[in-house]
Amino acid sequence: MPDPSEDGDVLVRAEGIVKHFPIKEGIFFKHQVGSVQAVDNVSFEVRRGETLGLVGETGCGKSTLARCIMRLFPLTAGRLTFDGADLSTLSRSQMRPYRRGMQMIFQDPYGSLNSRRRVGSIIGDPLAIHKLASGVERRKRVQGLMEVVGLNPEHYNRFPAEFSGGQRQRIGVARALALHPKLIVADEPVSALDVSIQAQIINLLEDLQGEFGLTYVFIAHDLAVVQHVSDRVAVMYLGKIVEVADVKDLYATPRHPYTNALLSASVVADPDQARTRDRIILSGDVPSPINPPSGCRFHTRCPKAQPICSTEEPLLKRGAQDPSGHLAACHFPVADGEKLASEKATILHTVEGFLAEAPT
Amino acid sequence: MSLSTVEAKASEVPAEDPAVKGIQGRTPLQLVVARLRTDRVAIISIVVIVLIVALAIGAPLIAAITGHGPTDTNVDTGTDANGQPLPPGSAGYLLGTDNLGRDILVRIAFGARVSLLVGVLATAIATIVGVVVGLFAGYYGGWLDSILARIMDVVLSFPYVLFAIVLVSVFGSSLELTILVIAFFSFAAIGRIVRGQALSQREKEYVEAAHSLGAGNLRIMFVDILPNLVAPVIVLATLLIPTAIIFEATLSFLGLGIALPTPSWGNMLSDAEGVGFQAWWFYIFPMMFLLLTTLAFNLLGDAVRDALDPRTERIFAGRRKKKPA
Amino acid sequence: MTRFLIRRIVLGIVTLWVIITLVFILYYARPGVDPARELAGRAVTPQLLANLNKEYGFNLPVIVQYWNYLKRLVPWPGVFNLGISNNNRLPVTTIIAQAVPIDISLAVGSAVIWMILGISVGVLAARRPRSLWDRGATVFVLTGVSMPTFILGLLLLYVLYYLLTIHGIAIFPKPGSWTPFTQNPLEWAHDLILPWITLALITAATYSRLTRSSLLETLGEDYIRTARAKGLSERRVVYRHALRSSLTPIVTQFGIDLATVLGGAIITESIFGLPGLGLAVVQAIQVQNLPVVIGIVLVASFFVVAANIVVDALYAVLDPRVRVS
Repeated sequence: MPDPSEDGDVLVRAEGIVKHFPIKEGIFFKHQVGSVQAVDNVSFEVRRGETLGLVGETGCGKSTLARCIMRLFPLTAGRLTFDGADLSTLSRSQMRPYRRGMQMIFQDPYGSLNSRRRVGSIIGDPLAIHKLASGVERRKRVQGLMEVVGLNPEHYNRFPAEFSGGQRQRIGVARALALHPKLIVADEPVSALDVSIQAQIINLLEDLQGEFGLTYVFIAHDLAVVQHVSDRVAVMYLGKIVEVADVKDLYATPRHPYTNALLSASVVADPDQARTRDRIILSGDVPSPINPPSGCRFHTRCPKAQPICSTEEPLLKRGAQDPSGHLAACHFPVADGEKLASEKATILHTVEGFLAEAPT
Repeated sequence: MSLSTVEAKASEVPAEDPAVKGIQGRTPLQLVVARLRTDRVAIISIVVIVLIVALAIGAPLIAAITGHGPTDTNVDTGTDANGQPLPPGSAGYLLGTDNLGRDILVRIAFGARVSLLVGVLATAIATIVGVVVGLFAGYYGGWLDSILARIMDVVLSFPYVLFAIVLVSVFGSSLELTILVIAFFSFAAIGRIVRGQALSQREKEYVEAAHSLGAGNLRIMFVDILPNLVAPVIVLATLLIPTAIIFEATLSFLGLGIALPTPSWGNMLSDAEGVGFQAWWFYIFPMMFLLLTTLAFNLLGDAVRDALDPRTERIFAGRRKKKPA
Repeated sequence: MTRFLIRRIVLGIVTLWVIITLVFILYYARPGVDPARELAGRAVTPQLLANLNKEYGFNLPVIVQYWNYLKRLVPWPGVFNLGISNNNRLPVTTIIAQAVPIDISLAVGSAVIWMILGISVGVLAARRPRSLWDRGATVFVLTGVSMPTFILGLLLLYVLYYLLTIHGIAIFPKPGSWTPFTQNPLEWAHDLILPWITLALITAATYSRLTRSSLLETLGEDYIRTARAKGLSERRVVYRHALRSSLTPIVTQFGIDLATVLGGAIITESIFGLPGLGLAVVQAIQVQNLPVVIGIVLVASFFVVAANIVVDALYAVLDPRVRVS
């Protein structure tokens, strides 16, 4: 059912997506005592042909959000449209035809391939499930796919255990490509790989995007990787998107204090620069998603927090000086050139200085 | 567009490349067979099992050669002048006769049919039911799992001989019932292991991957998860066969399994017990064959387990010979 | 902990109720069953059938019969009533009370032997893997699991009773001997020694296997390496640190095995003619004495359910991780 408000440019539109995992307890009859609010009221869109990067700390809900887009479980609330079709409430079997248009690449190149099945059968699985090809035809298509992702088609009959981590991830990519999807959701596709292999897989993904006109949702916690591959980036904190912008805007002028903290914590290749730049050290731990803070979820750790932050939840909105696509959810967005470094950063500098001067 | 690209690439690959066959990975099954072939104990067990299977298949042949059916009370030749049973080695009766003059060798051969039939069929039924129940319980979880797991716990912990004889006493003894009763009390052993494995397998990312491809629950259970459970199931099934054989022999010994006069090793011993200890050969041959069979299957089960799990070192495997290159 | 126990007890009661109901259906409400006829046994007369129908209310609607049947199983003095044996008109509770001391004697004696034997063989094997000890232990285990109880019993009887007795060395009592402990403890042990050995040898095999694998697994843990690294004697490491945590699976197995023997060691009692619950149930089944069969099945089920609860509680005491979940 095409939505009249949908413009042809948008492939995925998520409005107020909520995913809570119930926590159950009870001696005989389980009843719900609470819920993990993994994703809470998240809205965004993915445009055709772009790569949307999704970053955040471990446990911020980015993998859950990926699975919401893939509809791997029912949504608690919210509306999800894909290519004009409303997927929000479809059952597992109703979802099946739409799965041809959206595929996923998983983080773990070991766990995501069934070790008891041959590579040919793994890559051909989507063709078998959707009854698109069988026998010699399927084999030819699988071997074609293997070549596309840079695997030797003669290895068709091998088991996953006979491949390296990078090759296994190529198998995962080939499987995702088999149905010629419009969208590929890549859930930390390179974070389990050696750094030297990461670049190969990223280049492969970029080549394929050009060749097949793919749209990516690319999840990572490595900011450098996301900066490299993404057109736009969304930052998540504790189940919410706190900032979304074109990649160059986000990295040049981050508005949300959390984005600033995240960027300041990333690894910088130049040690001198690393030592002298300002780092924002957040105090405390990430609060529990079972009982998240009121108002702005970041207020418990935010260096700029004010009383209003704990009572009123800030909405994603565009700052006055920002381009149209740059949204941040903060009552007190960081202005250009504003310094956010906290006191603890000085302590860290001292320790690093001590280490630098220590005799070796 | 994108479709045509892949197809174009595909057409460049020859459909039947002879080189492809040469580099096939070995399946776990092929690896196991290769390991078993170098294991002396496994070979001996297999030879013993094959011989007993041959004895069972050849039972009518033995009857034809000796001229004695399994239930014939050979009034003229089967007993001596005083009406006493013949000891082993008597003319025409290699293993002697019982108190009714029946040929013990022929009865043992026919008894082998019962033991193997019950052992294999009961195990097959128990394995299929156990795998299905275990997969459903472990994969779906929730209330279905609570109920199925509880049933399996109860079946496993209950005194099965008592319940088996109660069932047999109600429905009357027969071969079919014996097999069903044994299968019922054995399926839980497989089901519990499969359930535990399925519980851990369903959390693996490959299951999520299959789901994201659009695979249904049944396909995920039987095409994706099941191949990962083959190893423990094969080992357990091999070890269930001797258990089923003992179970049948025990029921028959109590007079509640295979109905007389059809011979089974268990009811032959029950007959012997009724006669007393004077004629030792009534006892020794059925005992020997029963023990030999259960021992062979147990040794084979252990060997298969080790072949499937190369980490465990078995004590009796002996030195594994290197295969010639 | 209390919640855990309450949950266990309620589950146990539900299990018992399911079994009680199944037994009721099996004997009184199965399609095509005529309970009066089955109760009457072999000597059926129309008069007897009419009397039985009246006495037991078999003409009442099934649901009313079920209610009456359930009512008299409430464990309360004056209410609890298992019915009357239609063989000798004794109350079933009396018959069970007479038989239970034999099963307790059997269980206590054999449990002591199988625990000591099983655990020490397992420990010896685990302490020196692949040694001669370990090989011996494996032979013991494999023979034990391959050996049907009735074959071991018959062999012991043949060698230790029959062969010795006909050669004038009558040190073991003849089958069917039984002296209550209160009457003469020495004679009691003497009469039970062969049944004890039979039960204990078969059961000990499982315990050796369990102990060996469980202890080997524990000995590979990091905290054992730590214990060794801090210089503890090997004896202390094995007995104080490792064996203690390896015993949990053995406790589970022990509870269930003990309960099973208490509910009637059917094979052992049949072979050695011990008038315990096992022999009583076999004899009752042969003459279709339903009240006795049902009574013993319920008592045996009660033992197993109770043992499961006790084991779970003990488990929670031994292993704090269980309490949390």
